[in-house]
Amino acid sequence: MNRWNSYTRTTLQYNPEKCINCRLCLQVCPHQVFQQGTKKVILSLPESCMECGACQVNCPTEAITVESGVGCAYAMIRGVLNGTGEESCDCAGDGDTPSGCCG
Amino acid sequence: MTMEPCSCTCTEPTPDAGSSCCQTGENRLPVSEVMNTTSTLTISDHGDHLIARLGLMRMNHLVTPGLYRLGSPDADSPVFVSANYTLSFDALRSALTGCDAWILVIDTKGVNVWCAAGKGTFGTSEIVNRIALTRLETMVSHRHLIVPQLGAPGVSAREVLRQSGFSVEFGPVQARDLPKYLKTHQATQEMRTVTFPLRDRITLIPVELMQVIKIAIVAIILAAFLISVDLAWRILLSILAGTVLFPILLPWIPVKDFTIKGYLLGLVVFLPTTALTVITNQGDLLIRIMMAAGELLIFPAVVAYLALNFTGATPFTSRTGVKTEIRRYIRPLVGSFAGGIILAMLSGVARLVIVS
Repeated sequence: MNRWNSYTRTTLQYNPEKCINCRLCLQVCPHQVFQQGTKKVILSLPESCMECGACQVNCPTEAITVESGVGCAYAMIRGVLNGTGEESCDCAGDGDTPSGCCG
Repeated sequence: MTMEPCSCTCTEPTPDAGSSCCQTGENRLPVSEVMNTTSTLTISDHGDHLIARLGLMRMNHLVTPGLYRLGSPDADSPVFVSANYTLSFDALRSALTGCDAWILVIDTKGVNVWCAAGKGTFGTSEIVNRIALTRLETMVSHRHLIVPQLGAPGVSAREVLRQSGFSVEFGPVQARDLPKYLKTHQATQEMRTVTFPLRDRITLIPVELMQVIKIAIVAIILAAFLISVDLAWRILLSILAGTVLFPILLPWIPVKDFTIKGYLLGLVVFLPTTALTVITNQGDLLIRIMMAAGELLIFPAVVAYLALNFTGATPFTSRTGVKTEIRRYIRPLVGSFAGGIILAMLSGVARLVIVS
C-alpha cells in the first residue's frame, strides 16, 4: 500500500462475465473509471472511483457492485461523536459545481 | 399543454406553494400548475447565490417543485430535470438561453443534484412521482427526460422507464455544457468528467470558514484574554491555513492523503512563527525551544484536521479512502495536539519556576 495514500482501495467490484457492453457505466461515471472495450467494458482506473454508486444503480446485469457513500470526514466523525456510528450528510452544499456535500 | 382548471376547493394544506388541489377520480391528488421561468438571472438571483455560497439561510434557496415553462415550449420540446435548489435550477435555466424547454423540478429538499442523488432524494421514485403530479405526459408528446449526469447515483434509467414510460438520457456534468451537448446529444469525455478547478475550490472557502467560525471566535477571544494575543493570532492563522490556504493549494501540496497534506501545510506555515517564538521571547533558550516545539505540534494538527474535513467538499474522495484516513491519522493527530499542549504548559510552568 502506498505510504501516504489511503485512496488505493475501494469497494468497487466489476465482473466482466456479466457485462453486456451497454456502456451506461461509461456515461454515468464522473471519473472515467471504465473504458470502452471491444466486447466488454474495461475497468481501467479503479483507484479513481469515489464510490458514488451511479454505475451500480444503472448497470442492468449487476456486473458492477460498490458500497456507495459520502466520502466526507466531517460527517463520519460527527456520526461517531453522536453515537450513531454512521455518517449523515445533511448539509445543503454547493449547487451547480459538482463539489461539496459538506462544503 | 392546457391546464385543466381545478374542480375542487381544497382546504387541506397543499404540499407545495403554487400547487392546487384537484379531484382525480376518487383520489384527491395535488396537481401542480405549470409555472413560468426565464433564462435570465436577476440581481436578486445573484444575491441569493451569494448568500447560498456563504452557507447562510439554507432553507431559503428552495425552488417550488413542479413543471416549468422556459420560453414557449410545445409538445415536442425537451424536458430537463433539476433539483429544487436555486443554484442547481438557475445553473440549468441560465445555460438554456434561447431554448424553449420544459424543466421538471423535483423535490430534493433544497439540496443540489449530486448530494441529493447520493442520498436518493434526487432519485427514481421522486422523478416518477413528479411526472405523475405534473401530468407531464399530457404536456409533451415524446417520452424522454434529460437528467444531469451527476443525478445518476440516485436515478436508475431503466426503473424510471419501467415505472413512468419516460426514457432517461444523462446529460453532461455541467449545465453550462448543455448548448454544445444538445447539438449532437453526444458528450465528450470532458463533459462527462468531474473536475475541481481553482474557481470551484475558492467558491467553497466561505462555507468552510462558516463551519468553524463560531468555535474559532470563541477560541481566539479566550486565548487573547486569558493567555496572550500572540496565541490568538496563531489560532487565527491555523484556521485560515486550514480553510482558505488549503483549498487553494490542494492539488499542489505533495502526497495524496488530506491529513498529511494539511499537516505539511501547517508545518510550512508555522515554521516562521515558531522561529519568532524562539527569537522574540525572553528567558532560557531551552524553555523557548520547548514552547516552539509545542506550537509546532499543536497547529499543524489543527490544520490537518481542517484539511481532513475538506474531503467532503471535494468531488473525488471515496468513503473507503476517507475512512482509512480517519482510522490511520485521528489518533496521531490527537497525540500531536495533546503533546503540544503539554509541552506548552510545561514551558509555562518552567518559566514560572525560574522566575520565582
